[in-house]
Amino acid sequence: MRDSGRDPALAPRDMARLRQQMSRGATRRDVMRMLTASGMTIAAAGMLATRATRAHAAAPQRGGDLRVAGSSSSTSETLDPARFGKGTDYARGFMIYNGLTRLDGDLAPQPELATSWDSADGRVWVFKLRSGVTFHDGRPFTAEDAVWSVLRHNDPETASRARAYTGAIAEAVASGPLELTVTLSEPNYDLPVIFGTFNLMIVPAGTTDFSRGIGTGPYRLTEFEPGVRSVAVRNENYWKDGLQHVDTIEYFGLPDESSRLNALRAGEIHLTTGINPRSSKLIERDRGIELFVTRSGTFSDLYMQKTDATVGSEDFAAGIKALLPRDVIRSSIYRDFAEIGNDQPIAPSMKYFDDGLAPSGHDPEKAVYHLKKAGVMGQAIPLVASAGVGNTLDMALILQQAAQEAGLQIDVQRVPVDGYWSNVWMKRPFGFGTITQRPTADMIFSLCYKSDGPYNSSKWQDPKFDQLLLAARSERDETVRAQHYADMQALVRDGAGTAIPVFFSNIDAHSAALKGLEPIPTGNMMGYAFAENVWLDPA
Amino acid sequence: MTRLIAKRLLLGLLTLWLVATLVFAVSGALPGDAAASILGQDATAETLAALRAQMGLDDPLALRYAHWLGGILQGDFGLSLANGRPVAEVIGTRLPNSLLLAGLSTLVAIPVSLALGIASAMRPDSVFDRLTTFLSVLALSTPSFLIATLTVLVFSVWSGLLPALSNIDRAEGFGGTLRVMALPVLALSLSVIGQMARMTRAILIGALSEPYVETAILKGTSPLRAAILHALPNMAGPIVNASALSLNALISGVVFVEVIFAYPGLTKLMVDSVATRDLPVMQACALIFCAGFLILVLVADIVAILANPRLRSAG
Repeated sequence: MRDSGRDPALAPRDMARLRQQMSRGATRRDVMRMLTASGMTIAAAGMLATRATRAHAAAPQRGGDLRVAGSSSSTSETLDPARFGKGTDYARGFMIYNGLTRLDGDLAPQPELATSWDSADGRVWVFKLRSGVTFHDGRPFTAEDAVWSVLRHNDPETASRARAYTGAIAEAVASGPLELTVTLSEPNYDLPVIFGTFNLMIVPAGTTDFSRGIGTGPYRLTEFEPGVRSVAVRNENYWKDGLQHVDTIEYFGLPDESSRLNALRAGEIHLTTGINPRSSKLIERDRGIELFVTRSGTFSDLYMQKTDATVGSEDFAAGIKALLPRDVIRSSIYRDFAEIGNDQPIAPSMKYFDDGLAPSGHDPEKAVYHLKKAGVMGQAIPLVASAGVGNTLDMALILQQAAQEAGLQIDVQRVPVDGYWSNVWMKRPFGFGTITQRPTADMIFSLCYKSDGPYNSSKWQDPKFDQLLLAARSERDETVRAQHYADMQALVRDGAGTAIPVFFSNIDAHSAALKGLEPIPTGNMMGYAFAENVWLDPA
Repeated sequence: MTRLIAKRLLLGLLTLWLVATLVFAVSGALPGDAAASILGQDATAETLAALRAQMGLDDPLALRYAHWLGGILQGDFGLSLANGRPVAEVIGTRLPNSLLLAGLSTLVAIPVSLALGIASAMRPDSVFDRLTTFLSVLALSTPSFLIATLTVLVFSVWSGLLPALSNIDRAEGFGGTLRVMALPVLALSLSVIGQMARMTRAILIGALSEPYVETAILKGTSPLRAAILHALPNMAGPIVNASALSLNALISGVVFVEVIFAYPGLTKLMVDSVATRDLPVMQACALIFCAGFLILVLVADIVAILANPRLRSAG
């Protein structure tokens, strides 16, 4: 099982195909042959074949009290979907609420509280809603609840974290008791995906006090103390059949990684998250616990602001991109739980990733050429980094070392994580950011690379890119759309002042008795939607 | 003595006010505010402004300070900015946990460290004394989080004797409470026992070489009796004062225990409140820690006075 971590498994798509083969009666050997034929090593294929067989063979068990430890705890934890901001919030959200749609392992929207949807022009959308669904307090779910849950994000008083995505919603009305019509100010074919994101979960119309956590979800909240813990019990009136295997879910945050692992090894929790790649060896040695790795599109980028006289030149950016020793970063920081990136934000595991785009390689000679042209040799270039922001400080030190060998002096300035996002990130010209996986290419590009994007950290302006982004958003033809996204990836890689060395995987750990986890790249622990999917195997 | 206590209480109130004012002033210098912390990376100018207005963060610091002080004088600690709940309620769920942890640790730490200290002082440089010294220095110089993690490894991961997490809300009955408290109390006591035993030993050895103790021993008193009945009362003042300083760490210095054992106490709450810039909660925690310290020092002084006949009768 050594390779279980080494390879962040297959893309969800491939895994699904594997499982399909298994259900058609393919044996473990068939699967092995299929995988090795596609160029995979025997060891890796063996592990995957085992996993696929096991996942298919195991039948869900009902019952048991599930205990899960998240990786952070704060008194600011909330049950208001609009304010969800951390994994603890998302995980609780999926226990008690549903979205109109949900995102599957390929990040495609699937029916949830909406059964179907359609739009002729990408501007006016009609969602048919599920009938016979009730909230935990017995109220029936209607289109009014959907309207209210969607529109509240546009009220500044709500202080919604989804404001950036929902700004284009001009109107939402109940066009029938179970029909929602949404009108956008500009066409967007990703609306059903947006409706599947964490912040857009559905609450009863008129809710202002969210402390009771009334939703339509699989579990009913019985106890919640922000920063301490929550307890939820099975909702016996849930509209889905055959899910919700465990009886109760206790969820709490444990910010210290070694306490999480110790609690897991001592059998006091069944599932935990935020595992440092460095701990993978320890977990692989322990027979009672297993790793659960999800390929994701989360990355830490090194940004160089175009507005800065020193680091803003095209040559500087090209030099740094060629200088980054990506394979060292992948192997020494992430222990190979990462994929090499090529300075654009669409990960290989995502839809619209352009595999025709040549990877950005480590090329010291090219780096020296560009850095000399940029006229920075002999200067000390300040780079801010914080030990509390992912592994960016380690990255900074690796870059510093590579730069020194090339003759460039980088002065790594360490800053505390406290206040980092408000005072350092995007305020200093040369530093690091971290962008978690977003479900669509459009969201990432709009946030991080559009000229007026709120996270446009390198302050990059390219009218051609902005045009392509709008064109892709309102393009119904998949081939044309994919081409637009491929062009954008090339533009960002070569033009923007961001270096993206690797995309790193989400790593969770769970007891061997916990079954049913499937990778969903929007986050750890099945995109935080483990609640209604996992079960405890008594054996 | 009543006058002394009254004077101390008055000075204590003054200190509390100064601390609160200082915390208020310093918090203004922290980067970011509660609204920015709640919205994080997703903040937009519009939502930030709306949230700030809801929280009353637009008012000048002096005005907010006046509001807060006015509230406190009427017993109203305000609302938590992080989750909108009354601060008194938030504190109310955490304070008993902190007191329980500190109380149990004190019950373990004081007798053990006094016994170790006295026994070592009786036979300086004996094998027992050297062993105690070695272990005390080891416990003192090992970082507390390491002690806590090691106790978890030994007592729960490897042996499965005790729970690794201190889930006080799920503990059933008195026995259950003792079980979940065992490891945090052990980790916490270990870190103060070393210090208190060392101090007791040092203070007592000095006293044992005084002429009055020698006289007592020459008159036939057993060394143990001489140490406990003659030397110890004279040294009670310094020992109790030094112990008060150590015990204070059991209330305000236990954040590592609360984090490692997921124990919902006050220090974790305070750290959280600083991270979320939740000023009302931060203030309330600071006041409680400060008050706890003042009370311990006051109790130490009273004990010292009671143990000293000259001071006892003085007023």
